[in-house]
Amino acid sequence: MTRTFGGLGTLALGLVLLGAAMAVSLGVGAVSVPVPQVLEVVARRFHLGDFDVSLLNDQIVWQLRLPRVLGAASVGAGLALCGAVLQSLTRNDLADPYLLGISGGAAVGAVTVIVLGVPFAGLIGSAAVTAAGFVGALAALLAVLVLAAGRSGALPPTRTILAGVAVGQVCAAYTSFLVIMSGDSQAARRVLSWTLGSVAGLRWESAVFLAVVALVATVGIVALADQLDAFAFGEASARSLGVDVTRLRWLLLVGTALVTACLVAYAGLIGFVGLVVPHMVRLATGPGHRLLLPMCAVVGAITLVLADTVARSVVEGQEVPIGVVTGVVGAPFFAWLLRRGRHHA
Amino acid sequence: MPEQHGVRLEVRDASWRVAGRTIVEDVDLVCEPGTVTGLLGPNGSGKTTLINLVAGLTRPATGSVSVDGRDLHALPHRERARLVGLVEQQASTTLDLTVRQVVELGRIPHRKGRLPALDTAPDEHEVVDHALRLADVEDLADRSWQTLSGGERQRTQLARAVAQRPAVLLLDEPTNHLDLGHQLDFLARVRGLGLTTVAALHDLELAAAYCDRVAVLDAGRVVAVGAVADVLTSELIAEVYGVDATVEPHPVHDRPHVRWNGPRTKVRA
Repeated sequence: MTRTFGGLGTLALGLVLLGAAMAVSLGVGAVSVPVPQVLEVVARRFHLGDFDVSLLNDQIVWQLRLPRVLGAASVGAGLALCGAVLQSLTRNDLADPYLLGISGGAAVGAVTVIVLGVPFAGLIGSAAVTAAGFVGALAALLAVLVLAAGRSGALPPTRTILAGVAVGQVCAAYTSFLVIMSGDSQAARRVLSWTLGSVAGLRWESAVFLAVVALVATVGIVALADQLDAFAFGEASARSLGVDVTRLRWLLLVGTALVTACLVAYAGLIGFVGLVVPHMVRLATGPGHRLLLPMCAVVGAITLVLADTVARSVVEGQEVPIGVVTGVVGAPFFAWLLRRGRHHA
Repeated sequence: MPEQHGVRLEVRDASWRVAGRTIVEDVDLVCEPGTVTGLLGPNGSGKTTLINLVAGLTRPATGSVSVDGRDLHALPHRERARLVGLVEQQASTTLDLTVRQVVELGRIPHRKGRLPALDTAPDEHEVVDHALRLADVEDLADRSWQTLSGGERQRTQLARAVAQRPAVLLLDEPTNHLDLGHQLDFLARVRGLGLTTVAALHDLELAAAYCDRVAVLDAGRVVAVGAVADVLTSELIAEVYGVDATVEPHPVHDRPHVRWNGPRTKVRA
């Protein structure tokens, strides 16, 4: 709804900032690499020039940090985008990407593998956690959809949210039970750290996969921007503007849930990004989805790249879970947004 | 800009049920091009349901709705939205939209491309400006929806519906929350559009003054339909609304004037 040119300018600025944040982030860590050398490493790898880079810097920047930075950007973009879509679709400001029981379901899968140490689908270790988390998220999604969909096949938002809460509670009960009964403090620690999220362990293959997921999600969802705009005055109004509401709901609820399941499987439960970033962006862009959605992806990516940078540098010699960083920054910010909103109302 | 001319609207044997209860039953209604039809009837008589059926929001259990000879419920959603515009009783949003942005929503069914950021139709601005003018909200174009009065909101919604450039305009009790002056102004504007219009109305006076024809619903059935003077009789008002009323020609304009005297004294037990 915003003038196209201004929108494109804002988007370009956001992408430049994202590039800058990634460059800075690549230099930060146990060994710090100056930004110019970071750029040289990346440029050489893309065959953009014959730079003289040290093997060590190449290893650190390209092999160790870029997958995690790319992963953080992709996860942040995906979470913020899904959060924005679900907030619009359900007309609920508190909606976030974990709305449909995704977090609980993924936790059931991941925690089962972590605590019981069982292989999953022939995989062991973190690959098994990823696979089990994904399957768990899908199972929870399925349960939520079965509970929420009426005989007519419609997905009324309120019932969908409540079904998500119900499934989430059952999952939480199961995971708590499993952790307590196992009596294994190591496992409990690993469960806690998975729950708070991390992009530390990402390798190139996973990072590329996450990037593809985020990119496909962004393009697919931005293409539906107009139809989300049509929900401004509610469902009946959207229908009268020619939106096939039931079809769009299924498409977007299932689509965002699949995207979230992919992200969660690799990065765990990173809170607040999907909830807060859309509100933050809406302040700047207004509610029109043509600009809001791509900007959410960009700002979400920047946010998580910065959060991950803090997570690996704030305490020397130790990783702080990224969910702790997003929570510490996100929660006060969200509270501020709420108070600000009160003045409007 | 060429005005969209009204087209013929036909509702044939339309019924709708929910949870085993019939809300609208065997409704036949024909609206000639460019006429304004008032939909009257007490609360719960099925006016809103019928409006939603005609708007294509809900599909009739039996029967059909056709616009210009085309079955509305067989059309793709977008195409239907280009034929029929709807103004709800009281639209609300929590979003911070300007009046222009609200009116631009009406262009959504006309955007064909799938890359929304890149293709705004060249005539979009013109159509929106025109709609803002017709509904007399051009001076409010940059105002926030949240700061508008009830009358301004309703005119903005009318502008949004006009921006859809529909052939049929449906209004669901559009004047319920407006003061008298704004009620008259709003309905005069609607008449001025020249679209085939169906408006659910509570106020019999308003219906008498602004509609060409009225259809009266009672318990989901059309119990009377025709020219205002033929339909709005004290017998019908007593029967349908349970109100004792006198209908006589208005002293200033010659349309029927309804004066109520009190609740109907029960004749039958």
